[in-house]
Amino acid sequence: MINIPTNSLYAMSGVIGLLLIATAIRLFLGWKKPNTDYTELRQRINSWWIMIAILFAVLVINQTTAMIFFGFLSFLALKEFLSIVPMRLSDRSVIFWAYLAIPIQYYWVSQGWYGMFIIFIPVYMFLFLPLRMVLVGETKGFIKAVGTIHWALMLTVFCISHIAYLLVLPEKNQAAGPIGLVLFLLFMTQFNDVSQYVWGKMLGKHKIIPKVSPNKTWEGFLGGLGTVTLCCGLVAPLLTPLSFAQGLIAGLLISSSGFIGDVVISSVKRDLQIKDSGHLIPGHGGILDRLDSLTFTSPLFFHFIYYLIY
Amino acid sequence: MNKFLKIIFFAIFIKPLVFLGLGLNIRGRNNLPLKGPAIIAATHNSHLDTMVLMSMYPLSTISRVRPVAAADYFLANRFIAWLSLNIIGIIPLDRSGKTKGADLFKDCHKALDDGHILLIFPEGSRGKPEEMSRLKKGVYYLIKDREDTRVTPVVLHGLGKALPRGEALFVPFNCDVIIDEALDECNSSTDLLDKISASYNNLFQYCITKNSNLE
Repeated sequence: MINIPTNSLYAMSGVIGLLLIATAIRLFLGWKKPNTDYTELRQRINSWWIMIAILFAVLVINQTTAMIFFGFLSFLALKEFLSIVPMRLSDRSVIFWAYLAIPIQYYWVSQGWYGMFIIFIPVYMFLFLPLRMVLVGETKGFIKAVGTIHWALMLTVFCISHIAYLLVLPEKNQAAGPIGLVLFLLFMTQFNDVSQYVWGKMLGKHKIIPKVSPNKTWEGFLGGLGTVTLCCGLVAPLLTPLSFAQGLIAGLLISSSGFIGDVVISSVKRDLQIKDSGHLIPGHGGILDRLDSLTFTSPLFFHFIYYLIY
Repeated sequence: MNKFLKIIFFAIFIKPLVFLGLGLNIRGRNNLPLKGPAIIAATHNSHLDTMVLMSMYPLSTISRVRPVAAADYFLANRFIAWLSLNIIGIIPLDRSGKTKGADLFKDCHKALDDGHILLIFPEGSRGKPEEMSRLKKGVYYLIKDREDTRVTPVVLHGLGKALPRGEALFVPFNCDVIIDEALDECNSSTDLLDKISASYNNLFQYCITKNSNLE
């Protein structure tokens, strides 16, 4: 029988409860206003069910499955990124090596080899990719290509692999187990997206960065910041080794960096004049549209608790 | 053609390659003709084009999707010929000019009569990666006497990066598959080619992996 630590089980049940409420509201809306088109809302919620089902399954089965899952997520995100940004055909073999970095990075993670995990991409891949590119020999557009590939690798592999490393940290909160930290980070990041959106819809007036994202307002940002900070304070002692006060700081960190991750990926899409980075997740867009905030919250949350606790 | 082998080959090899190794950004999926006789006229930059288009079909239909392919290329080597004819189920087309008139399209007509869906690449060859070549008129002569068959234009983009002509190294990239509505009847070859290229130009704007306007 699969053994889920009590608090993590409660957290998962809570998430499923929230999704049930969202589904019920959606059905109610459809019944109340039969003439309004709720296709996107329906697709969004249905996709959430599928994503949550897959995530919970891989977290519960065992650590190896979770490693493979996060590695695969990095692969999908890197592939999507390199597909939408302009690349030179001569960089194909360099990109091939960038993909090979994924299994290697997740191998360091699975072994809990912290030193290698933290320098492999920022040092070794950083130095290796330009070398490989020199061997190809195409110098026109060299600077841009080196920068693009390495940035892609940092965002989609290095940053995302921090989620997986949470699973191999020594267990400090036995009621939550290693998956408690992952559930906490993923839930709070996504919840931050939703609450900033909802606060913005309700009160939004003053735009923060109209050039990048016309829908982002100070009201949405601050409302989300308050909500998520408070929730993090309350939930952190249950799912993580953090105290209430430390949880509040984690909340501030997750909410503000989640916002930055979101607008950074928005800027990429705006630069390329596209709305979604892919069509993989119905109602959401591509995988990067879903992972955007996580690319920033994962390493920042990780290093916050790593410094405080481990 | 070995229907069973074809289904196995697509289920365990081609479909995972296309949906995991590549990844498709599909638009206009409802326009894809699921029943024959029908013709899909797609842009062509890579051998993967055929695999992607065929993978869009459910396994139960896959044996009725038939790529029309150059006999001189695909039948040149024994192994490739066996694979092309028995597993992929191509309809070989003689490009040398030796086969004349009605004989040239005999196999195509037979397949259409059987309710098959033909994949045709009007550019004729894969050309340079991610570049369009001039369209050829063959499609028109194939359909001009057939009232039951319509042409559906499809634009594929990004596959020329994943596996360009003359390269052996496959590198994963997402690609766009944009499907237009089936074209109305055409009264001349130029009319048909104009309609196809107008459709392609329109479809290219929906490609999210195409950024030539920025380069």
